[in-house]
Amino acid sequence: MHLNSQQIQQKALELWQLWKDRTPTPKERLTIPVQEMPNRNPLERRTSMEEVALGYSSEQAQLEANRCLNCKNAPCVEGCPVHIDIPGFLVKAARGDFRGALGVIQESSLLPAICGRVCPQEIQCQAPCTVAKSLKDPSKAVSIGRVERFVADWAREKTSDTQVPVCAPPTGKKIAIVGSGPASVSAAADLRRLGHAVTIFEAFHKPGGVLIYGIPEFRLPKAIVDQEMTNLKNMGVEIQTNFLVGRTRKLKDFLEKDGFDAVFVGTGAGLPKFMHIEGENLVGVFSANEYLTRCNLMKAYDHDRSATPIYRSRKVAVLGGGNVAMDAARSAQRLGAEEVSIVYRRSEAEMPARREEVEHAKEEGVHLLTLCNAQKILGDEKGRVRAIETLNYQLGEPDASGRRSSVPIPGSEALLEVDTVIVAIGNDSNPLLRQTTPELAVNKNGNFIVDAEGRTSLERVWAGGDIVLGAATVILAMGQGRTAAAAIHRFLSAS
Amino acid sequence: MNQILEKRRLSSDVYLMRFSAPLIAEARQAGQFIIVQIDSHFGERIPLTIADGDTETGSVTIIFQAVGATTRRLAAKNVGDFLENVLGPLGQPTHIEKFGHAVCVGGGIGVAPLHPIAQALKKAGNKLTIIAGARTRDLLILENEMRHLADEFLICTDDGSAGRKALVTQPLKELCEGPSKPDLVVAIGPPIMMKFCSQTTLPYGVKTMVSLNTIMVDGTGMCGGCRVNIGGKTRFVCVDGPEFDGHQVDFDNMMLRLQSYKEREETDKHKCQIGLDVTTGQGV
Ligand SMILES: Cc1cc2nc3c(=O)[nH]c(=O)nc-3n(C[C@H](O)[C@H](O)[C@H](O)COP(=O)(O)OP(=O)(O)OC[C@H]3O[C@@H](n4cnc5c(N)ncnc54)[C@H](O)[C@@H]3O)c2cc1C
Ligand SMILES: Cc1cc2nc3c(=O)[nH]c(=O)nc-3n(C[C@H](O)[C@H](O)[C@H](O)COP(=O)(O)OP(=O)(O)OC[C@H]3O[C@@H](n4cnc5c(N)ncnc54)[C@H](O)[C@@H]3O)c2cc1C
Ligand code: SF4
Ligand code: SF4
Ligand code: FES
Repeated sequence: MHLNSQQIQQKALELWQLWKDRTPTPKERLTIPVQEMPNRNPLERRTSMEEVALGYSSEQAQLEANRCLNCKNAPCVEGCPVHIDIPGFLVKAARGDFRGALGVIQESSLLPAICGRVCPQEIQCQAPCTVAKSLKDPSKAVSIGRVERFVADWAREKTSDTQVPVCAPPTGKKIAIVGSGPASVSAAADLRRLGHAVTIFEAFHKPGGVLIYGIPEFRLPKAIVDQEMTNLKNMGVEIQTNFLVGRTRKLKDFLEKDGFDAVFVGTGAGLPKFMHIEGENLVGVFSANEYLTRCNLMKAYDHDRSATPIYRSRKVAVLGGGNVAMDAARSAQRLGAEEVSIVYRRSEAEMPARREEVEHAKEEGVHLLTLCNAQKILGDEKGRVRAIETLNYQLGEPDASGRRSSVPIPGSEALLEVDTVIVAIGNDSNPLLRQTTPELAVNKNGNFIVDAEGRTSLERVWAGGDIVLGAATVILAMGQGRTAAAAIHRFLSAS
Repeated sequence: MNQILEKRRLSSDVYLMRFSAPLIAEARQAGQFIIVQIDSHFGERIPLTIADGDTETGSVTIIFQAVGATTRRLAAKNVGDFLENVLGPLGQPTHIEKFGHAVCVGGGIGVAPLHPIAQALKKAGNKLTIIAGARTRDLLILENEMRHLADEFLICTDDGSAGRKALVTQPLKELCEGPSKPDLVVAIGPPIMMKFCSQTTLPYGVKTMVSLNTIMVDGTGMCGGCRVNIGGKTRFVCVDGPEFDGHQVDFDNMMLRLQSYKEREETDKHKCQIGLDVTTGQGV
């Protein structure tokens, strides 16, 4: 049953009356119910680009924070890639000191409003949570991400005059940052705060990387990302858009001609993978990158105002089971498709997407065709998609990665009538920079090889994020950006 | 940046625009293109070939045909105005060397992207034949520039209003059969023209390069929207191209893909002005 946000918040308000004036014992903390995220109604969502998760009320945030046992060993901190002092911020949030809580988070993370929304918490910070262990239910972990999001949103809404972080006096050093995704943004902010002059070079006309062009508005409002970019500019970071490093200027020109002392590369994993099956170049087959870019960055959902067209679909098959697949499927639905199916080779439990996104997709009516894969795409006489041929699978033994493999069931071919196919099976790293800078060492997947500090094989060049990790997560990208920034700072201070 | 320095109308709906873009002017090579977007919020990103560039004034030149929403808005800009977003130079530069006898075939607006390539081929010491085709005399562009460059210059029009009344493939075939068989053909124009030029040269084993004008979004290899079949393999025009061996290109698939948004664009009342019908292949 879908409870609306008023109902959820009313319940929290009542419960909060019981707790607000006293400190619960650990046993009592375990009795506080997990605070549900108020969500927009699924029916209304299907046609709206507006954010689905509406965020906690302050009572909900305090109740949820009070569920934390403030464990001595705090296993959750190990689960967070940037080691946020989670009990530290939850204790403050539990007392209603939201500003203090945000301060604790900001010691480790620069983008809490974003990570609180998009982190796969259930496999990161929340996975080892003691509360979940005590209650023997992984879904009953403290909702760390939701509280994190709340305090970040609270601060953004409360303070109209956004505080500009103080930057150290100019050091006279110049750093070029390539790309403007979370890795780059974090590196830029840290380096600027240390007093260095920082210029970001971004190929697209808007900065933000996947946060802008990939993850849809209904999951991460673009206003939040824009705000982060404005903060950077206010700190004095220069952002040059429409600049493709490797083409507009070579990476080495930055160091040899333009007087930059160091370069950080955060170009992401922007090369869409295809299945290499028959019919993949028919009209109506898109990479998720293309589909989502048209929809998000180019705002094709705004038919009246956007000049960028988007394919009109009735029946859509999305191939893949990650966040990208969920985003593409839910976008297609919002753009007016009548029937959207996610076709995934393993079972729902193996889907790499965030749990919450899978649930949201299902609530919105997206079909999950699991243990099923597309074999070929069939076209009509005009070269347009008319169907896919699918094959069923069953789960086999766990493979090297520990995930159960999927084994095709011979003879289980079937036709699924669709007019659109969106391929969302992941991204490789974009080859442009390694082609135009052959000195950069890369592994067999084309990802940059770096040391523990993010240093590449090319002197004075660091890298981090998806270009190093392969398609990973926002928080990992951010963490690598910060590690590299610290290393760059040490290098510049020594030289 | 991106301030328009010069604007000229070359034929009824073909415009030349020169604007300041010092970094692109410095980096660009023959065969490369840019992506232009008129407004950051709702504008479409469209690819246009760099027809010329000048490092002294730090400017580049584009020549475009006002066929649809964005190119028409572009045509409405004037000297002194700014282009909001310009990204480039993009794509692989043309491979230029001394081949011997190079034949450049340009159809309609395709003469514009051909110009810097013809220039570079000439400079590398090739004997240069240029064939320029259009539906009718008024639609011929860069006639003087091309005549000036070429050792031999041929014009074909559908209606015979200038040069020969023929399709460009006719003189091309004659050249292939003649005493000075081409060592390289570069054909740029509507897909159907490039397809037939490639078919024409195939039996003679003459290497034929074409420049593909697929639909693009980012122009950096990120979306895959520009993909084409080349010799059975999927390649991205914006990073692997735009030039490919014409004998390897699956033109039929490419032409179908160009129609992806047909319904939507028809509501923008497009009428192809150079008479090169992509769907039927008539009237090259
Ligand atoms: C649809 C989608 C949904 C996702 N959902 C989630 C999620 O829910 N949770 C999560 O944690 N992660 C998610 N991810 C993954 C996450 O977005 C990435 O791991 C993260 O954005 C990587 O950050 P980055 O800084 O390495 O690069 P990116 O965010 O990829 O940014 C790279 C930027 O560099 C620019 N660039 C590339 N080459 C050049 C060049 N040569 N010159 C100049 N600029 C260049 C690109 O235009 C881009 O803007 C999702 C990814 C996608 C695509
Ligand atoms: C690498 C490259 C270089 C190019 N160089 C030039 C150039 O120098 N000068 C120039 O005038 N054009 C060039 N083009 C084509 C140009 O990009 C299109 O004309 C432009 O995108 C049309 O945009 P629009 O919004 O004005 O028209 P739309 O409203 O988008 O379309 C109008 C009509 O044009 C057709 N169309 C759309 N895109 C293309 C395309 N890429 N090729 C052919 N027809 C298309 C549509 O089907 C429709 O019928 C180039 C294309 C590529 C890929
Ligand atoms: S940044 Fe992500 S992993 Fe770390 S605490 Fe926040 S939500 Fe959890
Ligand atoms: S593991 Fe759970 S209960 Fe323990 S400190 Fe972390 S969030 Fe709190
Ligand atoms: S235009 Fe997006 S990959 Fe070529």
